[in-house]
Amino acid sequence: MSVKKTTAPLMEEITGPTPRQILRKRVTGHTGLLFGLAVVLILLFVAIFAPLLAPHDPYAQSLSSRMVSPVFLGGTWEHPLGTDHLGRDYLSRLIYGARVSLLIGAVAAAISGVIGTAMGVAAGYFGGKVDAVVTFLINVRLAMPVVLVALAVVAILGGSLQVVIGVLGLLLWDRFAVVMRASTLQVRRREYVAAAQAIGASTSRVILSEIMPNIVNNLIVIVTLEMAHAILLEAALSFLGLGVQPPTPSWGLMISEGKNMMLFEPWLVLIPGVVLFMLVLAINLMGDGLRDVTAPENRS
Amino acid sequence: MSKDMTKPLLSVRGLTLDIPLARGTLHAVRGIDFDLYRGETLCIVGESGSGKSLTSLAVMGLLDKNIQRRAERMDFDGTELTRASNRQMRALRGDRIAMIFQEPMTSLNPAYTIGDQLIEALRLHRSVSRDTARARAVELLEKVGISAAASRLGQYPHQLSGGLRQRVVIAMALMCEPELIIADEPTTALDVTIQAQILRLLVDLTKEMDVAMILITHDLGVVARVADKVGVMYAGELVETGPAAEVFGKPMHPYTRGLLRCIPQPGMTERGGELGTIPGIVPSLIGAVQGCAFRTRCPHATEACGGEIPVRGEQSHRFLCVYADGARSVEGEPA
Amino acid sequence: MSAPVLELKNVAKTYRVKQGMFGKPKPLNAVNDVSLSLGRGEVLGLVGESGCGKSTLAKILLGLEEPTSGQVLVDGEAIGGQDRLALARRIQPIFQDPYSSLNPRKTIADIVSLPLRVHGVGDAKSRAKSVRETLELVGLPARVLNTYPSQMSGGQRQRVAIARALIMHPEIVICDEPTSALDVSVQSQILNLLNELRAEFGLTYLFISHDLAVVEHLATRVAVMYLGRIVEEADVGDLFDAPRHPYTRALLNSVLTPDPSLGVPDTQLGSAYPNPISPPSGCHFHPRCPFAETLCKTKAPRPVPRAGGHVECHLHDPDSTMYRPDFTV
Repeated sequence: MSVKKTTAPLMEEITGPTPRQILRKRVTGHTGLLFGLAVVLILLFVAIFAPLLAPHDPYAQSLSSRMVSPVFLGGTWEHPLGTDHLGRDYLSRLIYGARVSLLIGAVAAAISGVIGTAMGVAAGYFGGKVDAVVTFLINVRLAMPVVLVALAVVAILGGSLQVVIGVLGLLLWDRFAVVMRASTLQVRRREYVAAAQAIGASTSRVILSEIMPNIVNNLIVIVTLEMAHAILLEAALSFLGLGVQPPTPSWGLMISEGKNMMLFEPWLVLIPGVVLFMLVLAINLMGDGLRDVTAPENRS
Repeated sequence: MSKDMTKPLLSVRGLTLDIPLARGTLHAVRGIDFDLYRGETLCIVGESGSGKSLTSLAVMGLLDKNIQRRAERMDFDGTELTRASNRQMRALRGDRIAMIFQEPMTSLNPAYTIGDQLIEALRLHRSVSRDTARARAVELLEKVGISAAASRLGQYPHQLSGGLRQRVVIAMALMCEPELIIADEPTTALDVTIQAQILRLLVDLTKEMDVAMILITHDLGVVARVADKVGVMYAGELVETGPAAEVFGKPMHPYTRGLLRCIPQPGMTERGGELGTIPGIVPSLIGAVQGCAFRTRCPHATEACGGEIPVRGEQSHRFLCVYADGARSVEGEPA
Repeated sequence: MSAPVLELKNVAKTYRVKQGMFGKPKPLNAVNDVSLSLGRGEVLGLVGESGCGKSTLAKILLGLEEPTSGQVLVDGEAIGGQDRLALARRIQPIFQDPYSSLNPRKTIADIVSLPLRVHGVGDAKSRAKSVRETLELVGLPARVLNTYPSQMSGGQRQRVAIARALIMHPEIVICDEPTSALDVSVQSQILNLLNELRAEFGLTYLFISHDLAVVEHLATRVAVMYLGRIVEEADVGDLFDAPRHPYTRALLNSVLTPDPSLGVPDTQLGSAYPNPISPPSGCHFHPRCPFAETLCKTKAPRPVPRAGGHVECHLHDPDSTMYRPDFTV
């Protein structure tokens, strides 16, 4: 079987770079993304290998060496970042605190991501009544003040890592739902979706293999934003004493414990504050960068 | 205002547009020349990427900042557009030079009534009272064939159909009695029946008001019916220019002939028969471009096509080809 | 004509359109009592202005929309009774915009093999072979297998879309404006390809287009649609040489052939296309018709048979007071 005269297109016609090449080029040229990614990866490394990296046991108290100044304020290399009011090594607590922050950020974002994406994609794809219900739920959720609800729940159930993760995971899905709904609405109008339906593809196949790959870039961006959001909320809850409970090392808790001595030993607050700031900034830069590099390429 | 009919209203020589890209410079428009007299319609026809839209934006001074425009001359009735300040260009645009875009929704602001927009278009350039401007708006809406014009002034663009919107856009372009209208694919977004109506309107109005028009299109049918003069654009060059009757009656450039063979022509092409094709694609215009850009797709290309290409033909009908007869004799066409 | 491969019997599709937030939904008859039949190997050109219902009709045929009433029969079987997969094996679409009809995140091999995978045809090896053969058929080298749509030109993408439509060897292909997004020189290549494929495989096309020159070139029969109804249907020669319906005449008039000796035609279609939510009374076309009389405003014309189809116009109805047998527009 052959069709004779149809001019076979010239090979030179396929000139454009592959999507992967475009992605690689965009990533290597994006300073913000590279910086954010580097900071996040370093902190991830630190969190994973905390037991190997921490110079001391973060729980070990030593009443003889309380409130030792960090090395840049005249302290010794025994405690590079000094010790807190119970004599615990500040650097070690900071390193273990990274575990708490990243764990809460990642798991809370994952839980809310699954809930919000399922709701948003269903609303965008099926429309009609499903959309009306989801939109109503989003509005209900947006009417609830996250911090107050989290405070109330933690106050009733008691603060612990699991409770904080659970509460944040169940509260932060709104942005996922809103963005995924809008993205799905946009993509489902494309003709390749109609083509897949006309082929006889099942609904789950259309959603998973035709729609999802085209909205996953937006999903990644929201994941990073919500991760940063969850990390900040955890710090806030811990600061208020309703998050992770002592003596677990958490950056929010460290700030909270240091605040009494803030006027005399400001580094107790500054060090965890700066690290928290750096992590959130890096995650946001990473999210912004991912949005830029995964944006659909122009036609021309 | 003195109206010298022997001098062109718009005279462009050696217009070049370069777009610096990461991979090199894109030579989007490469030294084009054309003259346009008052009341004349020039159609620039070409496929996507030929540079025809950029050419119209270059005349309007509406190019993106990163596009480098060079020209030996761009004379609009005594004003050298290449040296005109932004302020001078703003004064010309919408007043003496008007533009009509493809999608009427983008040229009408959805937040204002069409009356407000028409009145504003006039009062931006003329110190006239609102009532005078309003009267002019009604007059022009009637002229473009909109019934109950006075009552339409209070309507918003989204309340009108696509065809009506394009009529409003045309009325808006005519508010200041321009001398030149640049229309970029004005009917591409419209249905065929509406397209014919709008084109008829444009042709009638430009003749009646003695307005010159540059019409950018990809549709050879539109060109043939509307144009006094035709410019066939390929890869940033006007490969053939001339009076419409001559270009369609005796197309000289192999590309022009190729295009005409690609479209089914009722009564001429056999129903269900095979249409002509132009194999290959437009070459990349990034980096140095030499010789005839069409040679990669031309069935008659020779080695000479890679060198300097002479301008052929007489004053009014010119084309760029190494063959003195544009390879007509090779194709067995009458000379 | 052989037994019809595709038949539509009184197909209608009504949407309920809400006007404003608290408005009562109003019915919109997108497709209004359409009956058509296509013989094997025929190309039925479907023409009409935007909003006339031709895309809705295409969606019904593809099983993407359920008709409100009426029947669609493929080889004499109602497609409501068949499952979606069986329908998909027989009817496949080619869409207008090759930039939107191919998933940008998939390789060409993935896109073209999707129908085979959905229908569970063959193993990976035989599927790959089938993809290569089909690509060759539409004039694409096997080298394109691992490229992405964004790397291709518009014409190449449309070839990929054609390959995807043909890989299951359907009987009927719904071509929805398949060349209107393409450049002139590419359009002719695609039209030639569609013609060759039809001759080779005996395909039946429903060819939807607003470009009447293209329809005249490719179609064997033409149906003209106005506000959800087929107002005239005839063999291509009859319709283009002797249009009966005034609307058909207006459409034919608006075709701009590249003949500089002719000016822009006057279509004599005064007002704009009516709002389908509140269609004009009687004959829907009467507000735009230069021949309309009082009867046209009150009574809808009935379909009158003509060679290869029918026409809905009082001027051609022998039982009508307006009947003018000599009327040729």
